[in-house]
Amino acid sequence: MWKLLLKIFRTGILTEKRDQPLSQTHPPGFGKSLAIRHVDAGSCNGCELELWALENPYYSLSSGGVKFVASPRHADLLLVTGPVTRAMKEALLRTRDAVPGPSRVLAVGDCACNGGIFRESYAVHGGVDAVIPVDHHLPGCPPSPDDLLEAIHQAFGTSPPSSE
Amino acid sequence: MDNRNPSPSLPGLCLIPREDGIPRALFPQETPETYLAQARILGSAGGRFLGLWGAGDPQPRICTAFLLREGLFVLVLPLPKETPSPSFPSLSGFIPMANRFERTVRDLFGFRPEGLEDTRPWVGHDLWAVPPLSLPPGSPVPENLEAGSLDYPFVRVTGPGVHEIPVGPVHAGIIEPGHFRFQVVGEKVLRLEELLGYTHKGVDGMFRNRDIAWGARLAARISGDSTVATSMAYAQAIEQALDFSPAAGVRALRALLLERERIANHLGDLGAIGNDAGLGFALSQFGRLKENLLRKNRQHFGARYLFDQVTPGGVQTSLDDEAIADLLEENGILLAEILALHKIYDDHGGLQDRFQNTGVLLPEVAHRLGLGGVVGRASAQAWDLRADHGGDPYRRFPPALALAHTGDVAARVLVRFLEIQESLSFSRALLEHLPEHSIAESIPDNSETAEGLGIVEGFRGEVLAWVRLAPHGVVEAAHIQDPSALLWPALEIAVPGNLVADFPLINKSFNLSYSGNDL
Ligand code: SF4
Repeated sequence: MWKLLLKIFRTGILTEKRDQPLSQTHPPGFGKSLAIRHVDAGSCNGCELELWALENPYYSLSSGGVKFVASPRHADLLLVTGPVTRAMKEALLRTRDAVPGPSRVLAVGDCACNGGIFRESYAVHGGVDAVIPVDHHLPGCPPSPDDLLEAIHQAFGTSPPSSE
Repeated sequence: MDNRNPSPSLPGLCLIPREDGIPRALFPQETPETYLAQARILGSAGGRFLGLWGAGDPQPRICTAFLLREGLFVLVLPLPKETPSPSFPSLSGFIPMANRFERTVRDLFGFRPEGLEDTRPWVGHDLWAVPPLSLPPGSPVPENLEAGSLDYPFVRVTGPGVHEIPVGPVHAGIIEPGHFRFQVVGEKVLRLEELLGYTHKGVDGMFRNRDIAWGARLAARISGDSTVATSMAYAQAIEQALDFSPAAGVRALRALLLERERIANHLGDLGAIGNDAGLGFALSQFGRLKENLLRKNRQHFGARYLFDQVTPGGVQTSLDDEAIADLLEENGILLAEILALHKIYDDHGGLQDRFQNTGVLLPEVAHRLGLGGVVGRASAQAWDLRADHGGDPYRRFPPALALAHTGDVAARVLVRFLEIQESLSFSRALLEHLPEHSIAESIPDNSETAEGLGIVEGFRGEVLAWVRLAPHGVVEAAHIQDPSALLWPALEIAVPGNLVADFPLINKSFNLSYSGNDL
């Protein structure tokens, strides 16, 4: 046990300073705690790798008051990756319908923005907007964690979200 | 050909040794009977079934891959062109693993596996009115208006107190989509059945009639976590088709990139497994080490996840002396960190309690299923392409095989720890002896149709690629096989008997790709 504690002590705090941590900007209408529900609508899993990275100590998303939640009913933001395969359309629609307002939708990655490399395939809808309205787009294949933080920040915005 | 070494146990099938990797060849079969007979021979000669796929125009066919100690054998059965939905003999009677592959071929091409009793759709989910790949590339595919994947007839367990838990396709967390159906009594899982195919993107169809470079970009996006492995298998297949051998420097850099991908993924998995067992410390420590490695990737190769780094003919970035020195330093630091964390894992009673005897896949079962990769090696299956067949540079610095025998979560954790250590010492040898290299050469043109195969040991297991080129570098058809398709059925076997609450931990210890399975 002491080895574990020593390791924690030696590692120290690695979280990098950001200009505007989400916890300090308090997007109006969302309070200090922002909840994200992620839906993978058929990605190659590259975008998920970078979403995972947000939880590592360098980016430490949760220390800014932002967390990924298990239920869409707890979410303020629906974050969607992947080109929306035919088989995921229904699941995406149902998840969106389960998110209470006010809420926003962020499309992450080239695939979610416009279908990416899979755009012309018979098996995909070619981007999230083809199925549900999207508030913000973040291109990249995959986008970097820094870009993701910035995009999440922007998606919550500084103006009050429209109520549904 | 004179330099072929016929294997006495395999009449009519022989392989040519290759410099760039595993001996591998395609063996056209004249009739369904010889196809069936050869598949039986390969299966009984200790061959592991590695996958089965179809191709349509201009010559419909079925390809079936077996891996033996001698190398990779792919049987090709041409199907009649005139018949609208030609049939082929099903192998699932003696290779149960062929089931999902044959259903995929039926869903996508409409070829009928004769003798397969399972009539349920697989990746196609009955979404299309006609099999999408029976139509020419680019044609619109009419939807099946009565589709409803949730009506899938799962096998039910009945009896007092038995109930069913459906999970997915959308899961609680940052995970790919798929559906799991548990039959449960109390807290105990009696049966698990998977329904995958939610991430089916039509990859095989997209390869058709594209140029080699575009195909390489697609090959890099089959399963993002294995981008180096899939790109490398695709590059090998193209290079074999064009009879081109990459330079020693290119081979060494590719091997280095493949190890960096392996280490990054194993670090991520070890952290996630520890976290699922309740140790948040694991997630932050391994997350930190993985992030450090990804940042070095970006610094020296220009990409965190090494997308598009390996291309047919070469690699995209070379290393100068300064970069090599930096990576050697990184190597030493990481090794010390891993040894320390391995000790912490071993000494942690709570972790070991969750890991040991959880999600056991018995060695006999793993053997019968013909498993390889991390999951196979954790159940005593001694297969690793890098240690077995080598080719350059593996023959120069042969990595040792990491093996465990208990087949539980603890074994899969142990294999990952050992592989990171081995991978680090192999990478060190590569960096210290990096041959003079030009990073990319132009690949030759082909005036005739040509086919090739590629196979590499990705971080999960063997990643396989097949390409067929029309004249002048047009990809007529291609298929890339992630090992996940073989490992998903093994998860269905490892979970029953465990608590429902242990499923996430067992699942994480397998860490299979949905995208690589669904294609
Ligand atoms: S944008 Fe790129 S990394 Fe993200 S899912 Fe699509 S192909 Fe994968």
